[in-house]
Amino acid sequence: MKILFNYLIFPGFLFSACVGLISGWIDRKVTARIQWRVGPPWYQNFLDLVKLLGKETIVPSGAKITFLLSPVLGLLSTILVATILGVTVRLPLESFAGDLIVVLYLLIIPAIVIIIGASSSGNPLASIGASREMKLVLGYELPFILSIIVVIIKSAGSIQIGSILNHQINFGSNLASFSGMLAFLIAIICMQAKLGFVPFDMSEAEQEIMAGTLIEYSGLPLAIFKLTKAILLYTMPLLLIILFWAKNLTILALVGKFIAILVSIILIKNTNPRLRIDQAIRFFWGPVTLLAIIAIVLALFGL
Amino acid sequence: MDLKLKALTKSLWVFHAACSPCNNCDIEVLDLLTPRHDVERFGIVLIGSARHADALLVTGVPNYKTKERLKKLYSQAAQPCLVVAVGSCACGRIMFRDSYNSPCSVDEVVPVSVYIPGCPPKPEAIIAGIVKLIEKVSEATTYGTK
Repeated sequence: MKILFNYLIFPGFLFSACVGLISGWIDRKVTARIQWRVGPPWYQNFLDLVKLLGKETIVPSGAKITFLLSPVLGLLSTILVATILGVTVRLPLESFAGDLIVVLYLLIIPAIVIIIGASSSGNPLASIGASREMKLVLGYELPFILSIIVVIIKSAGSIQIGSILNHQINFGSNLASFSGMLAFLIAIICMQAKLGFVPFDMSEAEQEIMAGTLIEYSGLPLAIFKLTKAILLYTMPLLLIILFWAKNLTILALVGKFIAILVSIILIKNTNPRLRIDQAIRFFWGPVTLLAIIAIVLALFGL
Repeated sequence: MDLKLKALTKSLWVFHAACSPCNNCDIEVLDLLTPRHDVERFGIVLIGSARHADALLVTGVPNYKTKERLKKLYSQAAQPCLVVAVGSCACGRIMFRDSYNSPCSVDEVVPVSVYIPGCPPKPEAIIAGIVKLIEKVSEATTYGTK
């Protein structure tokens, strides 16, 4: 019963969906203010979702069953991540051993699900988007995991999110050290790619391949994809806060840190042009991975 | 009033279907997204795929090729989908009516909800047209005639 409550209501589905949609609004509003516009009202993303629920769901002829199954799978896994992180923030001692690994795996699933859904729709533009998304996942996953290894080294080899939290509460946050700062920077860049924000949004590139991976989706499945993106927009900054910046986790500090990270990624999004996919891969496997390895070496020396 | 249609009027996603226009109307449509007019205040965004569209913004006179494309686009869009004819060409073909490559007007191909005349219409006129469209949708639902 308590697990169901956790999954469906408080740190899970309902709460994370609301926070995610509101952070999606912050994204749109800050973007609008940067472009000297006014921007939509705060309930805009909720309205978009309700509207999409009322639309017709079109399944293209020749689409496989994965076309409708994949958005649901993606949503379920992101809710699970949100639940694990939310419960850990509230009660660090309730986390289980190895949940960091579980979270890392579950965070790849939304990307995989987008690839599966796009390639089962049978649209050539969607398949271009899917191939780009696939390459992008291969690109950012390596430095992201390396930057998390830095955290594991800093917190004495623990792969339990609760004990990483406790370690930071006792010994100061990971961000305060040189290697932690480097790893945090890398994690933010990888988060940008994971969320599909602008320097790395080539899988959805609106201007060249229309909506890319989402081109054939309409109605309910599209709403589920939007909701998944919204929950990821809440989950990823929360994960980064927990791993790197968890010295002080009172509610006010948590909200402040969340908004700081959110606004900084929105600023990155709005001040950069879109990279080509080969440039993105070269960027992730070249300088970013190199920096991540330097961060690991620094962490091993205890800096 | 139906909640879903109320939400539809507050978040119109617009697909820009250019049926061989002279591009003046398209430039005026893009003006709507600029800081001066900013239609994202009302939840109106330009989207890339016809599957996501709530409204097709048709500009220009359809010729033999774009006529078929327009029909296809309308059948690809998820219902309910509204059609807005922007510019005098899309409203009534004006001087191209007797042209050899103008087989029909827009409303003979797809059902048009709102006509916005002008060559090109000002952005203010387009906003007024969209407001009329929203009023039409909400009236249709309050009287249950949709």
